[in-house]
Amino acid sequence: MVISKSSKAALWLFLTPVLCWLLLLIVLPHIDLLRMSFGGENDYGEHVWTLQNYRNFFTEPIYWNTFLRTAIFSIITTIITFLLAMPVAFYIVKVVRPRFQGAMVLMLLLPFWVSELVRVYGWMILLRESGVINHFLLKFGVVDRPVEMLYNDATMIMGLVYTSMLFMVVPIISAMESLDDSLIEAAHDLGSGKLVIWYKIILPHCKPGITSGSIVVFMLVLGNYLTPNLMGGKNSLWFTEQIYNQFIASFNWNQGAAFGFLLLLLSSLIIWIGLKLSRQKLGEVAS
Amino acid sequence: MGPSMNNDLSVSNLVKKFGDFTAVDNVTFAVPQGSFFSILGPSGCGKTTLLRMIAGFEEPTSGNIMIRGKDMAGVGPNLRPVNLVFQHLALFPMMNVEENIAFGLRRRKVDSATIKKKIEAILERVGLPDYAKHQIGQLSGGQKQRVAIARSLVLEPSVLLLDEPLGALDLKLREQMKVELKKLQAKVGTTFVYITHDQSEALVMSDRVVVMNQGRFEQLGTPQELYGQPLTPFVAQFVGDNNLWSGEITEMSGADAIIRTDEGFIFRSRVQGEVTVGRRADLFLRPETLRIQPEDKEGLNIFNVTVKTILFDGANSRLLTVTPEDHELLVALPQNRRFDYIQPGQTIEVGWHPEAGVCFAAGD
Ligand SMILES: Nc1ncnc2c1ncn2[C@@H]1O[C@H](COP(=O)(O)OP(=O)(O)OP(=O)(O)O)[C@@H](O)[C@H]1O
Ligand SMILES: [Mg+2]
Repeated sequence: MVISKSSKAALWLFLTPVLCWLLLLIVLPHIDLLRMSFGGENDYGEHVWTLQNYRNFFTEPIYWNTFLRTAIFSIITTIITFLLAMPVAFYIVKVVRPRFQGAMVLMLLLPFWVSELVRVYGWMILLRESGVINHFLLKFGVVDRPVEMLYNDATMIMGLVYTSMLFMVVPIISAMESLDDSLIEAAHDLGSGKLVIWYKIILPHCKPGITSGSIVVFMLVLGNYLTPNLMGGKNSLWFTEQIYNQFIASFNWNQGAAFGFLLLLLSSLIIWIGLKLSRQKLGEVAS
Repeated sequence: MGPSMNNDLSVSNLVKKFGDFTAVDNVTFAVPQGSFFSILGPSGCGKTTLLRMIAGFEEPTSGNIMIRGKDMAGVGPNLRPVNLVFQHLALFPMMNVEENIAFGLRRRKVDSATIKKKIEAILERVGLPDYAKHQIGQLSGGQKQRVAIARSLVLEPSVLLLDEPLGALDLKLREQMKVELKKLQAKVGTTFVYITHDQSEALVMSDRVVVMNQGRFEQLGTPQELYGQPLTPFVAQFVGDNNLWSGEITEMSGADAIIRTDEGFIFRSRVQGEVTVGRRADLFLRPETLRIQPEDKEGLNIFNVTVKTILFDGANSRLLTVTPEDHELLVALPQNRRFDYIQPGQTIEVGWHPEAGVCFAAGD
């Protein structure tokens, strides 16, 4: 293809801010982090290059386990979010009358107009020992002592699912919108029940939306700090808290940088495995 | 009228309302086993709605549907012994040709070896023997058509329902598919219920055709009956081309009427329905019943027209002519070289037999 001089100039004009943004906000800090992660001090307090920061991660079970726990909970959260998002998206796209569709999407969006902190605090008001739910449970005699519903893994996952819902529903909605109703009817006509229609027609059609939604949700949950910190159990750490601790509590920036890098690498690895398992390519998902 | 045993489909007093709007209005018909039945009507007359009720996608407001003698009330689309070929085909894009056709068989838990054999046989039938592994996106419009039909036919339904399946094809292909579809139906012997707004499709393919208008059936009959003896003005106008005159009945003589058209012609014509002297009436006359320069004028209605243009279209060529009052008339122009001398601007004599025209009382 021949590109004229002026359109080449225009291309650069568009690309420059993007490239600057990539370079300044993503590439440079990461190079610095990478450099830092290989840094350390020897016994005399001198700066040396070392792999010790990475070695720590694999030799200290506490770090390793925290990461594993974080990854597993993130995967569980992603799966639950997906299971909830499918019927929600289907309802909005195929069941609700077209003129209410906008309103429905808006309602999904509404919680995201307040900050995550406020949202989490909302949950705490509902769930804590002196909270709204306990108040009613006591009042109607369902329980005779307030139950602690906060600070356990189930509550934390619920909070994370709530936070991630939108990022799963929106890509699935846009994938489902292009699904022709007559395909569903044709499958029905050819003898399939609801389950087969979901499995054979709707899911395969929505696959790109599901994959991109899952990647976004997984990354967001893995990198989340507030929700696990405020709603999760006291003795179970999220990996981001480990990083935070290294940077802020221990002032061990080198170790923190190494953890940051490991988080990036390991999460990319998990996504790569996920794409391989579902036989997809990143390029197809993005398009 | 009880349901006859050799009717594959019988529908009685079927009504479908959407709110206040009646899409299908008290429709009754029966389709004999192994026949090609068409429902012909203009866009929006309720054809798809009727078909979707038969397939089970819409709940009738009242009336009932019997397939092979079984009442279909409350039976879901997946359990009815009918299959629908959709207006836009609805082939599954994520599956190849073979998987599309196997889809229904898999739902019936047919074993793989049988499925393979059936797919081969049906692809052979529809003329796509080597296309099993093709992706849907790689097929042409006509090939998609055939795959869609194969996907339904392979299930050996009692009745195959087709919703304007040729609508998306270009003219040439449509002509070709029309003939092929008719041949296919004759070969497999499945009962076809075919809906279309294209009268030529309905006339060419069908054993019997029903003309539908605004949710009601106007006339049911063979293509020849609909063309030759339309029972309502709507059928006369919708099926085939017709010239139309408005006028007044001046005299009744036997089965014929004498009509004076608004521009003053006096014609003798066959009548249909209630027509009385003094009433307004519409006279319909097919282009091919108008004879140019007739030699034997005995008993014909004769008048002069001026040729405006020659609409040459091979065997279907016509003359566009006008009467002295500027009323346009189409006259068939047989391509047997006898009329090669006719030029635009020329005045010619035309005649028609009273049996060829038909008069209806005009709507009030
Ligand atoms: N779900 C529905 N709700 C309300 N009105 C409907 C619905 N489905 C169809 N209609 C109306 O019923 C009438 C008949 O529609 P239908 O689709 O049966 O027409 P059709 O004869 O198949 O037309 P076409 O040849 O254009 O496909 C139309 O006026 C349409 O607007
Ligand atoms: Mg239709």
